[in-house]
Amino acid sequence: MAQVHVNIDGHDIVMEEGAYVLEGARSLGIRIPTLCHYPYMTPYAACRICAVEARDGKGWTKIVTACNYPVWDGLEIHTGTPRVMNARRVNLEMLMSRSAPVPVLQQLADELGIEKPRWGTGDDTCILCGLCVRVCDEVVGAHALAFSDRGIFRKVATPFGGQSDDCILCGACAKVCPTGHIALDDINQRQVVHRDISLAPNSAISLPFRQAVPNVPRIEPEHCIHFNTGGCKVCSQVCPKDCIQYDDTEQIEEIEVGAVILATGFDSFDPSVMKQYGYGRYPNVVTAEQFEMMNNAAGPTGGRILLENGEEPRAIGIVHCVGSRDQNHHKYCSRVCCMYAFKFSHLVKEKTKAEVYQFYIDIRSYGKGYEEFYQRILDEDVNIIRGRGAEVVPASYRRTEEGQLLVRCEDTLIGKFREVPVDMVILCTALEARADAKEVARKFNISTGADGWFIEAHPKLGPVSTTTDGVYLAGACQSPKDIPDTVSQGGAAASHVLKLLCLGEILLDAAFAEIREENCSGCRICNGLCPYNAIDFIAEKKVSKVNAAMCKACGTCVAACPTGAIVGKHFTDEQIYAQIEGILT
Amino acid sequence: MSFEPRIIGFLCNWCSYTGADLAGTARMKYPPNMTSIRVMCSGRIDPGFILSSFRKGADGVLVCGCHPGDCHYVEGNYKCLRRMLLTRQLIKDFGIDPVRLRLEWVSASEGARFQEVITEFTEQIRSLGPLKLGGLVPEVERTAVHT
Repeated sequence: MAQVHVNIDGHDIVMEEGAYVLEGARSLGIRIPTLCHYPYMTPYAACRICAVEARDGKGWTKIVTACNYPVWDGLEIHTGTPRVMNARRVNLEMLMSRSAPVPVLQQLADELGIEKPRWGTGDDTCILCGLCVRVCDEVVGAHALAFSDRGIFRKVATPFGGQSDDCILCGACAKVCPTGHIALDDINQRQVVHRDISLAPNSAISLPFRQAVPNVPRIEPEHCIHFNTGGCKVCSQVCPKDCIQYDDTEQIEEIEVGAVILATGFDSFDPSVMKQYGYGRYPNVVTAEQFEMMNNAAGPTGGRILLENGEEPRAIGIVHCVGSRDQNHHKYCSRVCCMYAFKFSHLVKEKTKAEVYQFYIDIRSYGKGYEEFYQRILDEDVNIIRGRGAEVVPASYRRTEEGQLLVRCEDTLIGKFREVPVDMVILCTALEARADAKEVARKFNISTGADGWFIEAHPKLGPVSTTTDGVYLAGACQSPKDIPDTVSQGGAAASHVLKLLCLGEILLDAAFAEIREENCSGCRICNGLCPYNAIDFIAEKKVSKVNAAMCKACGTCVAACPTGAIVGKHFTDEQIYAQIEGILT
Repeated sequence: MSFEPRIIGFLCNWCSYTGADLAGTARMKYPPNMTSIRVMCSGRIDPGFILSSFRKGADGVLVCGCHPGDCHYVEGNYKCLRRMLLTRQLIKDFGIDPVRLRLEWVSASEGARFQEVITEFTEQIRSLGPLKLGGLVPEVERTAVHT
């Protein structure tokens, strides 16, 4: 591109030919007011507030719009002459005559010294800047919005004024709208407060989680406008370091390691299968995980405990053992729920004036300081009701105004059936094994129990190691556990691994197979049978040989050897025949 | 006095033996007729062990391994399955009812299943009565080749 010399308000500047005046002025720090300009979109010159005076230095002069007037060599621009100011004032007054006095216009009017617009003000909050139309076309690529009608009837609309099928609900139009004419909630008629309480990222490009290593954002292709429409690419335009890679794909890397720690964690039980609790039907029935997110100061509600309609709850019911200690779902106790339910009570008492009702089967507050915390909760006037929460029904069931929901249960301490009115119900859902735990177990050649948790080498003597050498367990993948227990197990697993790595060599089990060369016929049956490829055939001697370091002592070759040449150490034929003999005589 | 069958069980170390251990630690009750011999893998079980057991007076032989696909040694249980199917044919030729040799998959977490298998197999052998060999199995002492 050719370079051109331009003078803006007395400052010389070299610009690319074809660039617009506004860019040059902004790079010099000269402010030109605009209403319809936005980076990354084609200039449109709809508002005409960016009027400037162009001169050629020989007497020719003209009022032009800075946002879309291309520069040429020798151009002189004046941004503050009385003529420019007058043009801006007239343009703004004409715009105001049809538009409602929205803040963005008022502010500009004050700036230009318009006390009272000559032709009055209108009532349309849309100033027809066209930003929404352009963002939808050029950035998002959805083409869901357009100008319709002409002259004084001109307006921005979706086809036939209804909800457009092309609209992807991205909210970009609401984001760029300078007057607030387009509000996100008009486009997206869904609930506002609880919508974001999910573990999914809120933006299509975000950090996986705050402490992620490496701490870099990633794009979710499902939600990214670029991956859906091919448009947008705003993130790559704003990134100063050119870090955005749209063509980056998933890569599978093979890393050779000496040991593996499995810390795959747990899944949360889906309470919607327990229809009686109404999860998914009543918006104020939330899982513990969702409530935890609500309490997060950086979460969707900014740490406030709110109902779905944005109000503060008057009473909260906490139902323990949802899916745990239940013959129909998981028979085991999930171990952590009692304590986090107390924590929730404490938080509710601290942040709101709400009553808290806990519905429990048994309180399991074992552990250091746990019982004391339970006592503290009791002192904070939390209502503890001994009885499994049987059902959650809407308050209209009893025509009560006290709460939005009723928790029904049998209070087994007073022997009475109770219905407790609450506004919100928190379900303490069970911890369950990951859905793919069996697959992972198979990959690492370890086993899972009936509940899907990984089985440790020994419940008392080997709670960290597994039946596969070099594979260790940490955390809730082995059984439900709380943070202190997980940290302990993780530390133990790490020290097991360090022991292996620091030693630099491993001790082999004394049990392995050995081939007696004098008896080996060289038939090579054992070669193919060995699952570890530990048996090699020595061609010059015409015998097979076991590599003791690779042999795992399964003994399948011992059983298969037609000449009995293979000895399975510690499980020799003699030993087993002797056992048979010993048992039967 | 009623007939008490003598049963030899070959249990693999990782699944079935651990499952038996679990049944024990969980205080599950099952008949005492089975005595177990631990092998590292069901793939270690030589058909010779089974023939020898029958000849020495066992009324039934139970072979337990990991569930298919769960073998600690990748596929030892499949090798065991193949061998046991052939061994059944073989003992039939010797005049032994093939149901006296049973192959079961018991995992480390299936203490209850172990109890069930033992109870059921013991009852089955009890109803079959003592094993009578009828002189078909040669009275030759089986010795390993290398001794």
